[in-house]
Amino acid sequence: MARITAGVGCSHVPAIGVAMDSGITEQPYWEPVFEGFEKSREWMKAQKADVVFLVYNDHCTVFDATCIPTFALGCAPEFAPADEGWGPRPVPVVKNHQRLASHIAHSLILDEFDITIMNEMEVDHGLTVPMSVMFGDKGIDDEWPCLVIPLCVNVVQYPAPTGNRCYNLGKAIRRAVDSFDEDLNVVVFGTGGMSHQLQYKRAGLINKEWDTQFLNRLTSDPVSLSQTPHIDYLREAGSEGVEMVMWHVMRGALDDDVEEIHRHYHVPASNTAVGHIILENKKDQKAKI
Amino acid sequence: MGLNKDYEDIPGTFVFDADRGREGYYLNQFCISLRKAPNREAFGADEGAYLDKYKMTAEQRQAVIDRDWNQLLELGGNIYYTSKLAANDGINFQELAGLMTGMGIEAYRAMMLAGGRSPEGNRYQHEWDEKGEK
Ligand SMILES: [Fe+2]
Repeated sequence: MARITAGVGCSHVPAIGVAMDSGITEQPYWEPVFEGFEKSREWMKAQKADVVFLVYNDHCTVFDATCIPTFALGCAPEFAPADEGWGPRPVPVVKNHQRLASHIAHSLILDEFDITIMNEMEVDHGLTVPMSVMFGDKGIDDEWPCLVIPLCVNVVQYPAPTGNRCYNLGKAIRRAVDSFDEDLNVVVFGTGGMSHQLQYKRAGLINKEWDTQFLNRLTSDPVSLSQTPHIDYLREAGSEGVEMVMWHVMRGALDDDVEEIHRHYHVPASNTAVGHIILENKKDQKAKI
Repeated sequence: MGLNKDYEDIPGTFVFDADRGREGYYLNQFCISLRKAPNREAFGADEGAYLDKYKMTAEQRQAVIDRDWNQLLELGGNIYYTSKLAANDGINFQELAGLMTGMGIEAYRAMMLAGGRSPEGNRYQHEWDEKGEK
């Protein structure tokens, strides 16, 4: 049986990708950003995930304004990095576990989550940056060490789905994975955030206190955290901070009882507070020993 | 009863909702077209002719020509779209924020390095009104 063993929360700042692609990660500006992912890369390797279920958002790259699905599940065989206006990132094409993706699509819809199915899709920095920070430098001719199922969430046009909806979707994804007949280790990534505002006169807003309480409560108090209204994200964590709803999908897919394995927080990467957390299901930890 | 837009009293912020999306539709569609290299070339060769293909308002069109980044947002643009126009001009997200805040690129970068803009005094429109900030 397939099983979800762990979750990763992670910012997906485009400038992090640019820094990796241009080889400047050791510069003083970037060093503290990447230092916090060293342990994560070791953990990721040891985790030996077969599949990463990656929750992210497209930033008006692949989805233009003609069609704005709230939840779009990647069911294509593969997903190429998209040109976001400065050329595609020089990273490997992402390969899907297509049979599992189809199974999840089927299961979610019968579970009353009316997702959109994407049979062709490119992916932007929202997906490729978390892959890069967790798996390290990979060139176009390399391969990612595992398969990836992308779930793309609309957080650009207000309103994004509620935190509650995202949390419950995580639960439904869990049910879908649990009922798949192949023996697979699945790790769920929730990406985006943390506090940041990219636009207009209040751009540059960072709220370390708010981000910290979010990270704290993600482990111990996820249900009430998922009830956070949108206005709190917008006012407290900046207009683009609402991306954090995607972390609730990840949290919902885990057990109620999780252990925090690693955390990293740094300001700034470009306009953004970088936040990162690794959570493991406690019972899967016991199984490892 | 109308929807309660409880987010309209956040200062210096546009929340890109469906009303803004409707207003900015052609402007945003123009912006996203620039993510493809052949379109960037065509736009660079003749901005006016390229803009003729999009049914945006005269005001929106002028804001594009003027690269008036804040005006673009005021007229229904969204930052993820307008950033494609900025990228076409060689301006990245952080530089664009420096321009939109009126701080300038250097001062903005310094503010971010010092921990960013504090939420204190920046949560409600009345806080900005009291400070005389526009
Ligand atoms: Fe994002």
